[in-house]
Amino acid sequence: MNYFPDEVLEHVFDFITSHKDRNSVSLVCKSWYKIERCSRQRVFIGNCYSISPERLIARFPGLKSLTLKGKPHFADFNLVPHDWGGFVYPWIKALAKSRIGLEELRLKRMVVSDESLELLSKSFVNFKSLVLVSCEGFTTDGLAAIAANCRFLRELDLQENEVDDHRGHWLSCFPESCTSLISLNFACLRGEVNLGALERLVSRSPNLKSLRLNRAVPLDTLQKLLMRAPQLVDLGIGSYVHDPFSEVYNKLKIAIQRCKSIRSLSGFLEVAPHCMSAIYPICGNLTFLNLSYAPGLHGNKLMKLIQHCRKLQRLWILDCIGDKGLGVVALTCKELQELRVFPSDPFGAGNAAVTEEGLVLVSAGCPKLNSLLYFCQQMTNAALITVAKNCPNFIRFRLCILDPIKPDPVTNQPLDEGFGAIVQSCKGLKRLSLSGLLTDQVFLYIGMYAEQLEMLSIAFAADSDKGMLYVLNGCKKLRKLEIRDCPFGDAALLEDVGKYETMRSLWMSSCEVTLGGCKSVAEKMPSLNVEIIDECEQMEFNLVDKQKVDKMYLYRTLVGHRKDAPEYVLIL
Amino acid sequence: MAFEKDLNLDATELRLGLPGTSDESAKNQTPATLRSNNKRALPEESMSSNATASKNCDQETAPLPKAQVIGWPPIRSYRKNNLQPKKSEGEISGIYVKVSMDGAPYLRKIDLKVFKGYQELLKALEDMFKFKAGEYSEREGYNGSEFVPTYEDKDGDWMLVGDVPWEMFTNSCKKLRIMKGSEARGLGCVV
Repeated sequence: MNYFPDEVLEHVFDFITSHKDRNSVSLVCKSWYKIERCSRQRVFIGNCYSISPERLIARFPGLKSLTLKGKPHFADFNLVPHDWGGFVYPWIKALAKSRIGLEELRLKRMVVSDESLELLSKSFVNFKSLVLVSCEGFTTDGLAAIAANCRFLRELDLQENEVDDHRGHWLSCFPESCTSLISLNFACLRGEVNLGALERLVSRSPNLKSLRLNRAVPLDTLQKLLMRAPQLVDLGIGSYVHDPFSEVYNKLKIAIQRCKSIRSLSGFLEVAPHCMSAIYPICGNLTFLNLSYAPGLHGNKLMKLIQHCRKLQRLWILDCIGDKGLGVVALTCKELQELRVFPSDPFGAGNAAVTEEGLVLVSAGCPKLNSLLYFCQQMTNAALITVAKNCPNFIRFRLCILDPIKPDPVTNQPLDEGFGAIVQSCKGLKRLSLSGLLTDQVFLYIGMYAEQLEMLSIAFAADSDKGMLYVLNGCKKLRKLEIRDCPFGDAALLEDVGKYETMRSLWMSSCEVTLGGCKSVAEKMPSLNVEIIDECEQMEFNLVDKQKVDKMYLYRTLVGHRKDAPEYVLIL
Repeated sequence: MAFEKDLNLDATELRLGLPGTSDESAKNQTPATLRSNNKRALPEESMSSNATASKNCDQETAPLPKAQVIGWPPIRSYRKNNLQPKKSEGEISGIYVKVSMDGAPYLRKIDLKVFKGYQELLKALEDMFKFKAGEYSEREGYNGSEFVPTYEDKDGDWMLVGDVPWEMFTNSCKKLRIMKGSEARGLGCVV
């Protein structure tokens, strides 16, 4: 099989960058496996419990970049207790002991302690990039260690983490010699930052392309930063509150106009909406606009801003934009590919919400739309059918009707037909989230048509086990299935346990599966970890097989039961 | 929606404790802990069972009109915790002032914050009290009407609405009065 020397194959493999493709390459034959594993630099691990750090290190000695995901997706919505797991420390400890020259670490939904960050900062001389998304467990002290010790740091990107802000001087910990920063995102920090240190840091970072500030950075600092970094491509504004007649505002206008490279804009964590005109000069070049944390921006001011953004490809917005505002988006943003509409009032009814009308308008006006996250008051089958016709290119379609079991308000029917139209029309659909009143029928459609579906989220839907069976039997490429509050029981769970080995994970909470059913899966499939999360510790007193299980999370793994599970997690 | 007609007073009673910890029947548990009622055989049935169930979530947080299901809507907790509601986001709370009209039996109150300028304010006043204010000019005040909008400012003086920039007006206006007839003449109104 080997017609070329190893170096040639290695060179060829260099061109193969996607994880999937590299994994396929490694399966061809032993020598390809060997060459691939020695030359692999980037590894993605979708479930940190599917493999151990030791085995990772053994297989990929040339590892430079590691991506790890910890908790299951539903942890985002408080369905997983805090100390369930997903600790990064054992990974960093193992990597530190090895010869791995780690340069990049990207973590999602993991527990990251200050101790981990400190160890990370001291163990890898060439460490360049730290990206933390939806993580928790660390404070600004940990960030100080990264700043102080990573001499060649290029990227520190903190996205939506819960950070204990000690208001320390972590920014001042970047030494004077650190001039390599390309990306700095601390928008999720709640505390004060040393503004002088920030200004000096930006001044000595000529390669800085991405800067996202937190709420504590006022406008006059923003203006100074922009003057020093006109080369920015991605800007996250912290506070945007000021007097439109002030000197600072005039200076800001001048500074912004110099920033001709900005393509991505976010933040506005505090905003005075009457001063948006300063932003207009850069709107025409924006490809990404994220106003989802700026509820102060709505109505006419918001629409005027959007009207300037003709090149927008991705828009993240709050539902106070209203259907009318989405109409403006439809008219203006012809290049739009991704739209996310978040609820501005997560706990209430939301007066300024969007309905099916807004979505229909966008689908009609933006033919390139392929990714949607839409929180709305209501949806109709007719609207979904229209959207499916207008936009057959959806890859991600996530619809969340705020009332989880609401039928089509016009016909009072379930939304089966509407979602059915989506899966039938969008042949490339990879991710789908359903809501509203739904029967088994919609799952029949999904099983029949959603051939490329990889991730499915279901809540408060279906009538019987048939629903789940349609999906498990039909969706050949399914990797992640997460279900809550559906009447799926043991019959569905046990129909084809082999299927779960082809998937990354299955989550079922508040369904009808019993302890006995889960035990059965665990017995038949030793390659799966079947976890019962039992916070109320009902199981302790009642280990009866027919007891219904509140939360079950099962996932394939090569390393058996994990040792770090808390007491209330029972691994079968 | 049908379930709103169901006045489940027990459910809206303010009580300490988690839903389901009182002496209610199993039917009244939250959807998150509900088992047998998850079946969605009939839309109406499931809606009402979920509705009574969800109404009882209100015991924890009585003022909320809608049910609170754990983990719903599916928004990242970071986003939920960090999105400040519109009202307190950089804007001060509404500026409510009393509005009186000569001859009217009772006063009204309006929030000056909701208007963007004089035009909107006058339209609202005209709608509220069913009158027409006439044409405003700097020189002559309100022309062509026996009704004149005036306001009391911080100094206690009665001023004609419309003379000063809007922001200055909203900052200094203490109350509004729609003057009528002869009294209005003194403010430069030509009848």
